[in-house]
Parts: sequence; structure tokens; C-alpha cells
Amino acid sequence: MTMTQTALTLDHVSFHIDDVAIIKDISGTIEAGKITAFVGPSGAGKSTLFRLINQLKTHTKGTITFNNEDVKTIHPMILRKNIGIVLQEGVMTPGTVYDNLALPRQLQNDTLSEDDALSFLLKVGLEERFLHKKAKELSGGQKQKVSIARTLVNQPEVLLMDEITSSLDQVSTQAIETLIKQLNKEDHQTILWITHNIDQAKRLSDNTWVLIDGKCRYQGPTNQLDEATDQRVIDFLEGGDQS
Amino acid sequence: MTYFTLSLTLLFVLIPLLLAYYLKLGIEKDILVATARSVIQLLIVGYLLQFIFDQDSPIFMMLMVGLIIFAATHNARKKGINYKGITWKLILTYTTIELLTQAILIGLNITPATPQYVIPISGMVVGNAMVLSILFLNRLTSEVEDKQDEIELILSLGGSTKQAIHRQLLTSIKASTVPTIEKQKTMGLVQLPGMMSGQIIAGADPIQAVQFQLLILFILLTTAILTSIMLGFLSYPTLFTEQMQLKQTFK
Ligand SMILES: Nc1ncnc2c1ncn2[C@@H]1O[C@H](COP(=O)(O)OP(=O)(O)OP(=O)(O)O)[C@@H](O)[C@H]1O
Ligand SMILES: [Mg+2]
Repeated sequence: MTMTQTALTLDHVSFHIDDVAIIKDISGTIEAGKITAFVGPSGAGKSTLFRLINQLKTHTKGTITFNNEDVKTIHPMILRKNIGIVLQEGVMTPGTVYDNLALPRQLQNDTLSEDDALSFLLKVGLEERFLHKKAKELSGGQKQKVSIARTLVNQPEVLLMDEITSSLDQVSTQAIETLIKQLNKEDHQTILWITHNIDQAKRLSDNTWVLIDGKCRYQGPTNQLDEATDQRVIDFLEGGDQS
Repeated sequence: MTYFTLSLTLLFVLIPLLLAYYLKLGIEKDILVATARSVIQLLIVGYLLQFIFDQDSPIFMMLMVGLIIFAATHNARKKGINYKGITWKLILTYTTIELLTQAILIGLNITPATPQYVIPISGMVVGNAMVLSILFLNRLTSEVEDKQDEIELILSLGGSTKQAIHRQLLTSIKASTVPTIEKQKTMGLVQLPGMMSGQIIAGADPIQAVQFQLLILFILLTTAILTSIMLGFLSYPTLFTEQMQLKQTFK
């Protein structure tokens, strides 16, 4: 017996920087426990939309609700702990990989045992020997994996991931795809993720949103994406921004 | 020193001026302006001080201290335009360290509460605090510009604004106090501190001049660190929005 629950609702959400609209009147719902992919050309506003969802930026119009509560009324620190984000850049703080993994706990005046840190590390496909490496010396892909593990330490209800496989090789990409499926299946994790790769979105996502120039041009089950009627969506899917 | 002998010292200005001219350094105008300004400014201060000393009234003394704080604030606030309300924060910081310094000196009977002591010491303490706050604000601004990714990362993991900027704040506090500490290490080796030299030239006992200079050095050290810490904790919140985001001016 399953009942679909709504994790997030967007109601006519817009975001402006100096009167320039970056996000234009986006509405829609995200079901809890589902994987939703966000695709679209570079500069479409995907990263910006994610930042609005956990209030790293504040939308200028409309309403975003999380579990039926307006995100603007939730304390930012609590919201961001519950809606975890893996940022596109894979930023590391100074110190070791362990220090980075322990950071979310440290922010709560808590500690993370080495064993727990290790289990998060293994989860994203990095071996034990990385635990005490300097985080800034990792490769781009390794940093990206540590970022994912670090966000998972907070055990967020909703997980936002911004182009986490774009700097990974094929083997690592596959490992991360498996991780995404596993998080969703075993922990019923609600996952929103951005990808340039439409095939990847199709492989992995229950639902897909197509963002073009700040607007949402498709929103629905991924398996019906090919039946989209909007010409811009068709062009985008065919044009193959498959990087 | 008579005005005649003082005007002879202008010879010292003539030397760099001629050198600059022959070597085409292009700094002749700067030298002239600097000379003119120092003569005018110091003479004004001299007569002002003489007037205040003659009055021997606490009101004029306090007005003079207020003027020092005002001038220091005016100078430093240009470096802090990104920080909302920086003027009041600087005034609050300078006033606090000034009161603290005088409370210790006068309260412990180390120096008398006369303009001859209060005003020059205030000048040194607030002047040093001004340099410190400029160094601090410059450094904090560049640290935040440089490390906005890290600051935003900590916010994104559910950290507070204080946690997010903690590292940059400490780096800036530390960096701004380094010159004061370094200067103390070589004190007396490379150069005699200005105040001590002045006292010795004026005929004071060197040991007494040293004691007094040491007192000033310790005060400067304390107030330097206090200035950066106080200004740091007063100013960092203005870098963030109410929704705990790094403000757009730094993006
Ligand atoms: N601070 C800013 N000031 C002005 N414009 C900005 C700023 N940040 C983002 N933008 C603009 O907002 C638009 C959306 O950017 P965003 O990063 O959300 O796109 P994206 O879909 O994530 O692109 P990509 O696939 O390249 O990551 C872009 O046109 C970008 O130039
Ligand atoms: Mg992006």
C-alpha cells in the first residue's frame, strides 16, 4: 500500500537578479521517495532553482513549500539540514577527507566516528586510504564523491545533486548511478538531480523536468518524455546536449 | 627651536626635491604636498593643544579625544563601504578601547588625568586602532571574496553564519595584528620609538622614557587585538542576509 506524498511544491516561483529574470514563473510538485531529474541547456537556471529550494538564494516571487510549510518560514539552518545539496563545484574545506566528512556533525557541535566516516566513504565508492588524505589534493571526481558523502552525513530528507557525474569517468559514473538507485530504494530517499545527459536521466529517474531559459517546459514521468509536444523540448532532446 | 631654525630644516625637503627632479621620478608634486600638509596640520595641532592645555578643562580634553575618534572613523570607513553601519561600529570600537585604556591608566594611577597625557596617548591608541581596522576590513573583504565557495558550503550544510565565516574571521584578525606584533619584536633594535626619542631629546631620563614606552607598547598590543576582534564580531553579520545567505555584493 503506497500513498504518494508531496515533498516539495513550487507555486509560480520566479527569481530575479537586478530585475533580470533568471527563473521565470515555475510551478510543480515533487513527490516524496521519487527520483526527479532536471535537464536543460547550460544557463537554463537549473543550479539556481536548486539554490532556491534550500534557500541559498531567496526567490523574488511565488512560494516554495517543503512538507506543506513555506520554506521562507523554516529556519534556514534546519531547512538546509533537511534539504541537503551537493553543489556543482565539489568544494572542499581545508583539512583531510575525514575533516570534510565530519564537518556537518561539527556544525551541530557533534562528532563523527572514524568508523562512521569510513562507511560514508565506502558508500560513495572511495576506499579507506582516502580518509586521511588532504581533501584539496583529490581529483575532481574524488572531490565530487566526498561532497556526496558529506551531504549524506546530515541524513537529509530531500537530496539535491548538481551535476555530480559530469567530472567522473564511466566506471565512477556507474558507481554513482548505483548509489542513487540504492539510496532511493533502501532509504526511500527523495532525490532531485541535475544532469546534462538525457540518457542518464532516462535510466535513473521516475520524473523529469526540462528547464529552458528559466522556464519549465516539461514536467512529468520520464518514460513519457519522448511524447512531449513542446517544440523547444523536442529540439532540446534531439539537439542532444549530451555532454 | 625658533621659526628661523625650523625654516632651515626645509633644506631637508630641498634634497629629495632636487633628486626627484633630476632623476625624473615624477614625485616632486607629492613631496611638496606632503611637506605643506605636514607643516599645516602639525602647526594647527600644536596650537590647538596649546590652547587646550592652557584651558585645563576636561570638556576641551574630551572634545579633542572625540575629534581624534571622529578623524580615525572618517579615514577607516572608506575601507568598509560593504559593511552596513560601519561608521557606528568603528566609533563604538574606538570609543571602547579608548575608555578601556584610560580606565586602566587613570584608574591604576599610572598617568594623571590631564590633557598632556590623555590626548597624546589617545592619539596613539586610536591611531593604531585605525590602522588595524583598515588592515582588518581589507583582509576580511578579500578573504570573503576569495572563499565564498567555502562559506556557502558551510551554510548549505546547515551551518550558522558565524560558523560559515569563522575561518575567514580568524585569518583576518590574525593578519591585521601581525604588523603590531612584528614591530614590537624589533623595537629598540632598528629604531627608537618616536615617542621615546621625543622624550629623550626633550631631556627625559632614558630609563623613564623606556618605561613609559613599554607601557604604551603593551597598551597598543592589547588594543590592537581588541580592535580586530571587536570590529570582526560587529561587522561579519552585515555580510549576510536575514535568510543566512552571503550577500550579492560578494558574488
Ligand atoms: N550572480 C549572478 N549574477 C548574474 N547572473 C547570474 C548569477 N548567477 C547566475 N546567473 C545567471 O543565471 C542563469 C542561470 O544560471 P545557472 O547556473 O542556474 O544555470 P544552469 O542551468 O545550472 O547552467 P549549467 O548547466 O551551465 O550549470 C545564467 O544565465 C547565469 O548567467
Ligand atoms: Mg548549473
